[in-house]
Amino acid sequence: MANEQQIQTELVQKFPFLAEKFVIKRERRIFCETAYDHFLEVFGHAVEKMDFKIFATVTGLDEGENLSFLYHLSRLDGTLLNIKTSVSKTNPVLKTVTGWFPGSALYERELVDMFGAKVEGLPDGFRYPLPDSFPKDQHPLRKDWKPEMLPEGAGSIMEEK
Amino acid sequence: MSTDMKVMVPIGPQHPALKEPESFKVMLNGEKIFEVDVRLGYNHRGIEKACEQRSYIQDIYLIERICGICSHSHTTNFVQAVEEIAGIQVPKRGLYIRTIVAELERIHSHLLWLGVAGHEIGFDTLLMYTWRDREVVMDLLAALSGNRVNYGMNTIGGTRRDFTPEQLQEILRTMDVLEDRTKYYIEIASVEPTLIQRLSGVGFLSKEDAMRLGAVGPTGRASGVNYDIRRDDPYAAYSDVQFKVMVNENCDVYGRTLVRVGELMESYSIIRQLVKQMPDGPIAVKAPRRIPVGEAISRYEAPRGEDLHYVKGNGTDKPERVKVRAPTLANLQSVAKSLENNNLADVPITIAAIDPCFSCTDRMIQVDDAVFTWERLRAYGIDWYKSQRGIDFREVKKLPW
Repeated sequence: MANEQQIQTELVQKFPFLAEKFVIKRERRIFCETAYDHFLEVFGHAVEKMDFKIFATVTGLDEGENLSFLYHLSRLDGTLLNIKTSVSKTNPVLKTVTGWFPGSALYERELVDMFGAKVEGLPDGFRYPLPDSFPKDQHPLRKDWKPEMLPEGAGSIMEEK
Repeated sequence: MSTDMKVMVPIGPQHPALKEPESFKVMLNGEKIFEVDVRLGYNHRGIEKACEQRSYIQDIYLIERICGICSHSHTTNFVQAVEEIAGIQVPKRGLYIRTIVAELERIHSHLLWLGVAGHEIGFDTLLMYTWRDREVVMDLLAALSGNRVNYGMNTIGGTRRDFTPEQLQEILRTMDVLEDRTKYYIEIASVEPTLIQRLSGVGFLSKEDAMRLGAVGPTGRASGVNYDIRRDDPYAAYSDVQFKVMVNENCDVYGRTLVRVGELMESYSIIRQLVKQMPDGPIAVKAPRRIPVGEAISRYEAPRGEDLHYVKGNGTDKPERVKVRAPTLANLQSVAKSLENNNLADVPITIAAIDPCFSCTDRMIQVDDAVFTWERLRAYGIDWYKSQRGIDFREVKKLPW
């Protein structure tokens, strides 16, 4: 696991606040956590300076008071770096990473629809994955969301105009 | 480019060239495409949310139904993540069986793709040949698992079915038949001028764009991205076998064809090695019903590319969160790019070239108990096109024919 340890050393040296929450779970699986204030710095450094050139996706998590986001970055050698960050549920604002990876737009749109995150800088485009008639204030992957909360006909193409 | 020459052609969500619903807004200048807008979500079925409300065992069968083709890819990926959280060591024989089924699934998926690609370029003989040969592997999968798709082979801790020595012999015999046929397809792909000329230079995607847009699997590898999860992040029994990763620098649909045909040959070789080295012993270990607190990410090289599953356990028999990133979602973002500067007639084959699977991509559908009468459905369709696309089909009636 020399490769993983080297990544840990480099990241912790550059960003000492990562030291507390840095875990190498197994070969090729690295997890770290940062406050959102520093997230873009860590993400950018990993992409630009450490060769994490593949953005696999971002996983949203409803953790009670906060929404957490786990960004999965990969190297071509299969090493997966998972950077977790959290924002408050009352004002869940993120900045887009489309500047590094234009392909991340759909992953971020998923966070907007399914978790109610606000992603600043996201290019204009269609909703994804929910239909236009789905209520904009309902976010199905939040833990408190139940299908019964949908007004009748919402989210359906059958909606009467 | 004067703006008055621009024409927008809507393709989908329902369109004969698309096998599943998806919507493309293709902006044309004459015959040339200069911009494509993609809209997804028509197949979204809420599977991630549904997984949180079901037990891990129920989830395997739900996840198997994310996709009609790479069903085994999704279940393997899911159980691998759960096994990692629970610290379960799957017996070697179980891993070998998983891997054999995985490669059989890749064979049937790639043969299916080759037929679709032939059909999209008007080479229907290729469709008839490859789909006939695909039946050979479908019959084998049915004999091994009891089903043509949705094999139900995986469970947490291993597999649910063992292979008999006769079945293993049957697998080897089938590989000989398929290899013979695939050699013929390789010959076609290398010498048949209609195929080469129709596909070369179509759907160009540079290596840089493939990386930036996150293309995976054969789509990425045909643009020179030397990346295959089976080699780079090995799982199941892949570290026990030797195989070549097919990479091609053509960066077009022809390259994507060569990568897939080459991968078929590698799959036969992988399966032969696995059958030859097949260890004895149990196929599964008993897994606890409650999975401990923890999280894991599993990756899998599905026929269309990297499939990623994230699973978070909370100590109960139901997961806290299941996240699926299927390969088509990663690849679709490169389609819009690769269509630029192509002709409108290249749209079907370029979309088909990523072997899109929108069920995997979307994972949800809204079911409504309302029933549309024909008149209401027609009126809805006319209204929708008028408001969303600015096309008034009522005008059609006024045309002389």
